[in-house]
Amino acid sequence: MLLGILGMNSLDCTPATNSLIRSEADSQRTLYPYVTGTSVVGIKYKDGILLAADMGGSYGSTLRYKSVERLKPVGKHSLIGASGEISDFQEIMRYLDDLILSDNMWDDGNSLGPKEVHNYLTRVMYNRRNKFNPLWNSLVLGGVKNGQKYLGTVNMIGVHYEDNHVATGFGNHLALPLLRDEWHENLTFEEGVILLEKCMRVLLYRDRSAVNKLQVLFSLCGIHTSRLLGNCCTV
Amino acid sequence: MSSIGTGYDLSVTTFSPDGRVFQIEYAAKAVDNSGTVVGIKCKDGIVLGVEKLITSKMMLPGSNRRIHAVHRHSGMAVAGLAADGRQIVARAKSEATNYESVYGEPIPVKELAERVASYVHLCTLYWWLRPFGSGVILGGYDRDGPQLYMVEPSGVSYRYFGAAIGKGRQAAKTEIEKLKLSEMTCRQGVIEVAKIRIYGVHDEAKDKAFELEMSWVCDESNRQHQKVPDDILEEAKAAAKAALEEMDAD
Repeated sequence: MLLGILGMNSLDCTPATNSLIRSEADSQRTLYPYVTGTSVVGIKYKDGILLAADMGGSYGSTLRYKSVERLKPVGKHSLIGASGEISDFQEIMRYLDDLILSDNMWDDGNSLGPKEVHNYLTRVMYNRRNKFNPLWNSLVLGGVKNGQKYLGTVNMIGVHYEDNHVATGFGNHLALPLLRDEWHENLTFEEGVILLEKCMRVLLYRDRSAVNKLQVLFSLCGIHTSRLLGNCCTV
Repeated sequence: MSSIGTGYDLSVTTFSPDGRVFQIEYAAKAVDNSGTVVGIKCKDGIVLGVEKLITSKMMLPGSNRRIHAVHRHSGMAVAGLAADGRQIVARAKSEATNYESVYGEPIPVKELAERVASYVHLCTLYWWLRPFGSGVILGGYDRDGPQLYMVEPSGVSYRYFGAAIGKGRQAAKTEIEKLKLSEMTCRQGVIEVAKIRIYGVHDEAKDKAFELEMSWVCDESNRQHQKVPDDILEEAKAAAKAALEEMDAD
């Protein structure tokens, strides 16, 4: 609570930077993930962004947790979806909460949009990778700010790009070909959901670690993010 | 009540023979000479208001914020030396985020006030530090309801339902005591604070040009600290001016 007398000059400490420096002193680093989420699929549609992911957390080959929310809203404009180590995703959410909080406290009418959050996450992921202590996630970041739609992805190595449709994990192999064929600029909300459902169904067929409970989030132009949950039945 | 503490006022680590620490009292004088800051606790929240004296016509309105958000649920209005106040706010923000990362819940306002008061007091204990030349009014809304605290340069902090510091504090306090705060909502509170501010300053007539900065934490703002929305602020200013004219007309 009260800092020592000698630390007087650095009283305005910022907890966010502390946690990035801390890993230097750690002798441990992430070797392999334990509880993982599988693919996330995201598309741009006419009015905004749609993200879909299932709600499973696998512990190795066991489908252990079946109600894990892997899609979350970030601030006023963005959505994030994560595959990979769930605990690292929770840590990322902590960083983002701090980021959004400090941004809100300015109370000046500005707020961080999806492009800014994506860039921040890229820096975090890349720097962790360079210390050989990665956050074992592949992230999808999407949102709408001032009418501009944005959809991007970044993974544990720090590779990042933005596109009209992105996917992580098995989604890259199974969902993206479908999206490349059937995606077009003016998808309506309903068409977008049907397209995503198609991708998730294929993933459920072919991905061993998929579960049959979905989470879908959408972000609209000019409106705060909202979410809907759906159940996809097995055939 | 000002006595010259010749010889006993050179350092904050010296007591005078009658048991006073003069440096702290001088620090309090720095606060007394600044623009008035008022805080009131209404039925459903807190309203903070600051009279920002405009020193130059070139200043952009809306700059030089004197009210800062400390966390989602609380805000701090600063009086006295602006730079000192900024340091107190930075420390409060740091304490609030630290508490939340350790305990998982937003810092209770009482705890925040205690930590800020300890920090301010800390700087009155060493000869190589000077006391803060600013006092703050801290208002927040946690699960015990809305709470208002004031922290003085000496490090004292008390809980209030109405507080004022700065030039017009005597007039402001008299006005606040007249109000029935326990029955007032924050919307009405905003108008009352504007009235108090405009009365208090108008009486002084020394620095006519000022800008009114107000913020609230209340049920209406979803228990988040934010600047009072512009339309409500304009409404309050207009109502205050009208009431002022009415008073002058008598």
